[in-house]
Amino acid sequence: MADKLQFSLVSPEVELFTGEVDQVDIPGSEGDLGILPNHSPLMAAIRTGAITVYADGAETQYFVQGGFADVTPAGLTVLAERAALLSEVTPDALQGDIDAATQALESLEGEAALAMQQNLDGLKAVAGA
Amino acid sequence: MASLKELQNRIKSVKNTQKITKAMQMVAAAKLRKAQEAAEKSRPYSDRIGAVIQNLANSMSGAGDAPELLVGNGKSDTVLLVVATADRGLCGGFNTNIVRKAREEIVALEKAGKTVKLFLIGKKGYDQLNRLYDDQVVEYISLKEERKLHAGIAQRIGEQITGMFERGEFDVCKLVFSEFENVMTQNAVSRTLIPAIAGMGVEDDTPGEHAADKVFAPDLNGAIYTYEPDEAGILRVLLPRNINTQVFTALLENQAGEMGSKMTAMDNATRNAGDMIDKLTLTFNRTRQAQITSELIEIISGAEAL
Repeated sequence: MADKLQFSLVSPEVELFTGEVDQVDIPGSEGDLGILPNHSPLMAAIRTGAITVYADGAETQYFVQGGFADVTPAGLTVLAERAALLSEVTPDALQGDIDAATQALESLEGEAALAMQQNLDGLKAVAGA
Repeated sequence: MASLKELQNRIKSVKNTQKITKAMQMVAAAKLRKAQEAAEKSRPYSDRIGAVIQNLANSMSGAGDAPELLVGNGKSDTVLLVVATADRGLCGGFNTNIVRKAREEIVALEKAGKTVKLFLIGKKGYDQLNRLYDDQVVEYISLKEERKLHAGIAQRIGEQITGMFERGEFDVCKLVFSEFENVMTQNAVSRTLIPAIAGMGVEDDTPGEHAADKVFAPDLNGAIYTYEPDEAGILRVLLPRNINTQVFTALLENQAGEMGSKMTAMDNATRNAGDMIDKLTLTFNRTRQAQITSELIEIISGAEAL
């Protein structure tokens, strides 16, 4: 396993992580993805949830909400609308978002409602963990 | 000639002013550092999102169902001008420069027979533009209440813009703000937000170093991108987000520019006050000397008369 994956996690406000890792697990909108070095080029929307980064035998988890994962031969970039270390996200802090999402869900329909439901499920899963 | 007491008072008042401008300069310097950091931190995100859209746009070109946010709705009759300025004054020509740029745009667009609508962010720009074009202002947002710029504010503004576009209230959207080059130089620039494709690759005017004009094409070694969901689905989410990001970047650049401009302006003011104090002190000393001399003459001539 000489190969490493160049990974960076950026949100509009800050570049949270950049460096070489062994594997990254991403919650894709169509299902979870595990990205290893030399992955084929991929562009995937991500849903609300946790990203797990494996580097040097250690695991780090990040909370992400909305965004994209972009895999190129140069590496993996996750563009998240919101991102933070999972350990810094408390269930209390998420409760407000859960309430807001629940409320927003009532007024939405069709595809937008599906997206919001996915967001809500992700928030609940992270808050419950 | 002013009396000694009057001169003393004036010197004291100028000294007080100098203290204030000095303090403002130092506050601006501290805030500038923070604002600059924030602007730099947001740069990777906006660069990447621009690159990703460019990528998608290339692969979508030719497809007839490209989203309107990307390629426009085929018209350019109504132009929405988003003008971002600061909420506070005392920062030299910063706001005036942005407003001047906006007015140039308005004049040019109106000459070309377009309808111009204004979306104003920041109190100073509103004050100046509302006087001239009050019937064209469709929206005004002040960020005075916000302590710190965060992505949520830009998201709110971006969603408003996208919403207006979807309701067909305008065809083309341009963003006018001040690009932060360094403490001394800020350039008022205008960039096209909608259609997104027009804002890429080409700068509307002054080229910036870190602007979106960096054409980015990843070397895929002949491999083909996999999209999940499909291109159209991704673009549908990505394009509104790109607008939010562009607005956010503009706000951050503006903030850094405002602080830089304020620092320079206050530095000048402090120096001016120093010059003024020197001049007043000189007059004060001369006046005092003149008074002493005339008193001496009185005493001496009185003594000689005896």
